[in-house]
Amino acid sequence: MAEQKFEDAFQKLESIVKKLEDGNLSLEESLKAFEEGVRLSRFCSKKLDEAEKKVEVLLKDSDGRLLPKPFSLEEEGD
Amino acid sequence: MSSRPIYTVSQLTGEIKTLLEKNFENIWVEGEISNFRHPTSGHLYFTLKDESCQLRAVMFRMQNRLLKFDPEDGLQIVCYGRLTVYDPRGEYQIVVDYMEPKGLGALQLAFEQLKEKLAREGLFDSARKRPLPTLPQKIGIVTSPTGAAIRDILQIIDRRFANVHILLYPVRVQGTGAAQEIAQAIEELGRWPALEVMIVGRGGGSLEDLWAFNEEEVARAIHRSPVPVISAVGHEIDFTIADFVADLRAPTPSAAAELVVRNKVELVQNLENQVWRLNQVVRTTLESWQERLESLIHRLTDPRKRIADQRLRLDDFSFRLATSIQQGLGRRSERLGLKRESLFLLHPGKRVADFSRRLSQAYHRLTISGRVALRLNRQRVEVIAGRLRTLSPLSVLERGYSIVRRLPSQEIIREASRLKPHDRVNVKVHRGEFTARVEKVAGGEEDPQPSLTLGSKGV
Repeated sequence: MAEQKFEDAFQKLESIVKKLEDGNLSLEESLKAFEEGVRLSRFCSKKLDEAEKKVEVLLKDSDGRLLPKPFSLEEEGD
Repeated sequence: MSSRPIYTVSQLTGEIKTLLEKNFENIWVEGEISNFRHPTSGHLYFTLKDESCQLRAVMFRMQNRLLKFDPEDGLQIVCYGRLTVYDPRGEYQIVVDYMEPKGLGALQLAFEQLKEKLAREGLFDSARKRPLPTLPQKIGIVTSPTGAAIRDILQIIDRRFANVHILLYPVRVQGTGAAQEIAQAIEELGRWPALEVMIVGRGGGSLEDLWAFNEEEVARAIHRSPVPVISAVGHEIDFTIADFVADLRAPTPSAAAELVVRNKVELVQNLENQVWRLNQVVRTTLESWQERLESLIHRLTDPRKRIADQRLRLDDFSFRLATSIQQGLGRRSERLGLKRESLFLLHPGKRVADFSRRLSQAYHRLTISGRVALRLNRQRVEVIAGRLRTLSPLSVLERGYSIVRRLPSQEIIREASRLKPHDRVNVKVHRGEFTARVEKVAGGEEDPQPSLTLGSKGV
């Protein structure tokens, strides 16, 4: 699910950054890690933008099935 | 013959019946329940007692089905009803129309009883509470479609993170039948495809107003929900059974909205922080390699015989560095908001790795062949070092330099002495080119040193 992948990707990104900051990688490994880090950060960024905005209310039709319809707040006194 | 009136048993009983039933028609009695029986007929039979006396009592099914709590032995209660006499046995009793626990309100007692029962069944165990999804794309809400709760929730979600799909299942949140509606809503909404989390709640009110969320069927519906449920009932101080069963309790509907989408805001910030750290560390890594490279160049001394060979290697390395950086630039976009210089330093080209490795090897070979007294062609090395230092991902042209070619031979001009007044030249700058005619020439006589070239590109 989109949910799990984001979590995994973000944790991997965190550990890559930590590894790089520890400074024990060779230049080649550092650059490979950086590449992977950039890829992961783009993936995470994309996931954050993915959901679409929609507010709907579920109403039952004559057959008793739930149908979503656009919902907007009406003026009410409370 | 005596003048005493003599009753029959029936007559006396009849009089007693009239007397009691007329004079004790609407009474309140308090006492303790004992000998409580609840047969299948549905009627309740018990004895009301105090320290010294007892009173038989009955509460018929019609009246007792409305009770919100379970009467039991030992309970102190207050009853409202009337006395009746059961003629055949000469017994009197109170027929109870209404009953409530003394001290605690009926509702509160019912609350305590249900709370104990469900706690014993494990419905409140923290182990079964599920964590909220960090990135919910579909959020369900069970509440009234009018009212403060839905308005607050929608406003907060919209303000904090607008791109989310919200599904509202409208219900009545108080009154008869509300609990059943709420339970059914939780059930049906829980089955909606791809729903990730659900908020169930309502705005503030009295204990009676909130009562639907203390009902057992609502609690069980929450318990069975396949998605995590956030309860948001009333104000901060109100606690309902729904709150105990839910995966997370929010003190108010607004708080629920903040809990559901707050995660997203935090995530964005965390992500940006990681990206920043990532770029920082690679930048410093590459800078330190750059420093090592420059110091190696400075220390480079060559036997005269090998000068050309080593110089060629350097030329090659710096050319390849420049090219790979140039290529890398095209790939790495501005998406993360870095400056172009930073981008240059962060390029993950393999060539840089090759370059550093071969440079190390070259230096290694030099030291093995022994320390030889070498004459350093300072100027040439400085030219290379200077060029290396000033190499930027932007072409040198962008820094203001230009390429001058004599026309029509297209010979690249490096020394002004190659030109005479009236010669025509083509000048290529960072953007575009133009043709010019030479007016005056100064300097640039024959250079005693052979000039360096860096491949066929660049200056």
